[in-house]
Amino acid sequence: MTMQTTPEHLEYVLRLGDAALIHGQRLSEWCGHAPVLEEDMAMANMALDLIGQARLLLSHAGKLEGQGRDEDALAFLRHEGEYRNPTLCEMPNTDFAHTILKAFLLGSFSLLLWDRLGGSGDLELAAIAAKSLKEARYHAEHTGDWVIRLGDGTEESHRRAQAALDVLWPYTNELFAPNATDDAVSAAGIGPAWSELAADWEAAVLPVLQHATLTVPARTPFQSTGKFGRHSEYMGHLLAHMQHLPRSFPGAKW
Amino acid sequence: MLTEAQAWQALDAVEDPEIPVVSVTELGIVREVVAEGDGLRVVVTPTYSGCPATELIAESIVDALKAAGAGAVTVETRLSPAWSTDWIAEGAREKLRAYGIVPPQTAAPGGAQVVRFMSRTLACPRCGSMRTTRLSEFGSTACKSLYRCEDCREPFEYFKPI
Repeated sequence: MTMQTTPEHLEYVLRLGDAALIHGQRLSEWCGHAPVLEEDMAMANMALDLIGQARLLLSHAGKLEGQGRDEDALAFLRHEGEYRNPTLCEMPNTDFAHTILKAFLLGSFSLLLWDRLGGSGDLELAAIAAKSLKEARYHAEHTGDWVIRLGDGTEESHRRAQAALDVLWPYTNELFAPNATDDAVSAAGIGPAWSELAADWEAAVLPVLQHATLTVPARTPFQSTGKFGRHSEYMGHLLAHMQHLPRSFPGAKW
Repeated sequence: MLTEAQAWQALDAVEDPEIPVVSVTELGIVREVVAEGDGLRVVVTPTYSGCPATELIAESIVDALKAAGAGAVTVETRLSPAWSTDWIAEGAREKLRAYGIVPPQTAAPGGAQVVRFMSRTLACPRCGSMRTTRLSEFGSTACKSLYRCEDCREPFEYFKPI
């Protein structure tokens, strides 16, 4: 790659890698616990795709950084404030409805992002995006179908889906928050500013939520700040769980 | 020393670890075989980003080529262009069906399109009945979904187009 690596470029790729990693980690927590066997497998398979994407992205970030850190060092040996995933990714699973709504909101966003990043001037990132897009399409389809099933399902499933949307919706503000990293990366032709995707994302998400008979909460000024490294109270616990093994047994191999 | 043609022949015998009726060449994941000095460089492309078989496949490729007489073998992973089920060899599709997995029927979808509650009419690979129901979008692996035949009542898998 001939492109000069800027701090913004690295930051942008870390956001993508960390979003896939942390979202994948949360989905993997369902393994052995999902309400039905088929969903247990679906959650595990989506987690596997996401962690695969995270491996590619964090390997790429390690090369851009040029400090000799590989995917494992970046995934397991950073401190909380160094992770750049949006807060939405780290929100707890709570119940099946929360997980499905979260995976749908994030999955619909990823679909648009990977589609745009397929044309990135960073050719490695473009290759990862083209590959991830194919996988994200199945995630968005599956979770979108479930949003409709739960929202337009029984009284209990509707209540839980609405509760999940009410909790999670404010965290989607962060996805589209303008910032200097996005501006620099967009100007350099590496990728879109995430704020550019807001209208397409709403156009994809709102009809599904409506079909699901869910009420979309009013927008509030609330801004979570995970992608800037300031995380929720849930992140430390997630990291403790995720990092325990590689920190206890450095260099361990399966 | 192994020629490129001999190497391809040896790779035809390397099975996919999760679907052992098709070879890695039939799946279309071996992109190039290049003779380099006394050794060989094999370029492979992963099916899914998180496919747990990827590393095992790379090891199997090295083992098979060494057993066939190759010197040094390096396996290089290339992501672009992304693997598509459209690359599965024609002959391998019938092998999949005979193994109980319906091969990917449609061309892989493109773009950021999502089809809601997609219903695909699939023939049961065992009895041929068209009365089949999708049980789960994700089957035993990410690349397959799980179906059931309403006539013979047997479950079967569908290799999803990607």
